[in-house]
Amino acid sequence: MSSSAMVTANQLIIMAELKLFRTWSSCFCLRVVWALDLKGIQYDTIFEDLSNKSSLLLQYNPVYKKVPVLVHNGKPLLESLVILEYIDEIWKQTPLLPEDPSERATARFWAKFGDDKVLPSIWNAFIKQGKDQEEAIVTAQENLGCVERQLTGKKFFNGETIGLVDLAFGWLANLLSVFEEVCGVTLIDHEKFPLLLEWIQNFADAPIIKESWPPRDKLITRYQAFHEVYTSKEAPK
Amino acid sequence: MVKNDVKVLGAWPSPYVMRPRIALNIKSVNYEFLEETFGSKSELLLQSNPVHKKIPVLIHGDKPICESMIIVEYIDEVWTSGPSILPSDPYDRAIQRFWAAYVDEKWFAAMKGLRSAQGEERKAFLDQVTEGLALLEEAFGKCSKGKAFFGGDRIGLLDIAFGSFLGWLKVTEKLNGVKLLDEAKTPGLVKWAERFCADAAVKSVMPETEKLLEFSKVLAAKMKGAPPPKN
Repeated sequence: MSSSAMVTANQLIIMAELKLFRTWSSCFCLRVVWALDLKGIQYDTIFEDLSNKSSLLLQYNPVYKKVPVLVHNGKPLLESLVILEYIDEIWKQTPLLPEDPSERATARFWAKFGDDKVLPSIWNAFIKQGKDQEEAIVTAQENLGCVERQLTGKKFFNGETIGLVDLAFGWLANLLSVFEEVCGVTLIDHEKFPLLLEWIQNFADAPIIKESWPPRDKLITRYQAFHEVYTSKEAPK
Repeated sequence: MVKNDVKVLGAWPSPYVMRPRIALNIKSVNYEFLEETFGSKSELLLQSNPVHKKIPVLIHGDKPICESMIIVEYIDEVWTSGPSILPSDPYDRAIQRFWAAYVDEKWFAAMKGLRSAQGEERKAFLDQVTEGLALLEEAFGKCSKGKAFFGGDRIGLLDIAFGSFLGWLKVTEKLNGVKLLDEAKTPGLVKWAERFCADAAVKSVMPETEKLLEFSKVLAAKMKGAPPPKN
């Protein structure tokens, strides 16, 4: 698929002022990067240092003080999944969501499930130890099982092409092997999760997506540091 | 007799269940309300929402749709001849979705925390709830642009998301002896709340505060007696 989308003069005007506040590693920011890149949209990037947030970021996102923030013609958009829907509504090429309402509802359901259940359960498995970690892994794998079944007969969650749910689960493709390496645990194996592993490979290899892949060695260093912090605490629960 | 093609699985006290019901009322869609028995889950619920096993579920034909705000957006997209629930402008839609998510993820989470908290923790939750209401008062000013609802002249997505919690907000006020919405601090929201509860699409599905108060005691007793939840 040639993703050098035909950009009309009108779209150039709409694009005129598009800024993305992001960090190099945040998977929530990456969703927005991928969405904009897949649609061939030009934008300016502002990298934030979250330990020293810019006054502009705090002005645009006073409620959460987080990235990503997409500013379009001076108006801030917050929360990655909300931003993705906005992008999809303004720029119609390479649609992220299907047209059929029940398919759209299904896509939104799985994106939400990923953020509300899968991500926290995998994070839990990453930061815990001993018996707590074993239990956390069971929960994470139950959640992943639900996700695995969604890939039956499909290359991507969206079908033949990448869509909202694929971008929403991008963190899994990015970070799972990093987590597994840092804490020495296998969460996804070929026997139980063949489709998910195949999806991870397809997603990581996809043009556009792979061009914005954060460097693995930097991710390993980052998550090693997190792991040390969490596992050195006395874990009462 | 025409078979009813639209069903809502739910329970009367649930604010989440109110949401699709309000949306269907806005669209003048007839539906069958299948009430779950408190304390158990029907086969139909387990089959139609195997992932979460929770209400509400909208069953349209043979398709189950889950998650209250996702159901509301579905209803808006399917029944296009009725009044729109989401605004047409993409930026306004994003603002409504942002605040709807805030209400669920931050504000109501603090409300729930208030229910069982004591002492310092309780004060912290109360502060969070009050701060949230101040933010929502400001959001109301910006979204309504001087009109009756967050959605403008008519009830929209954010009205449904936030308004569905008004019953439980009143219960919380009574149980804690506090005024959460008040004319001094949140004048816009006070008037909005009255208009929302009086709206034709809402009246028939908003539970009476006294009934909710009674139910909250049943719920509290059950939670005390129940073993600790697994997840």
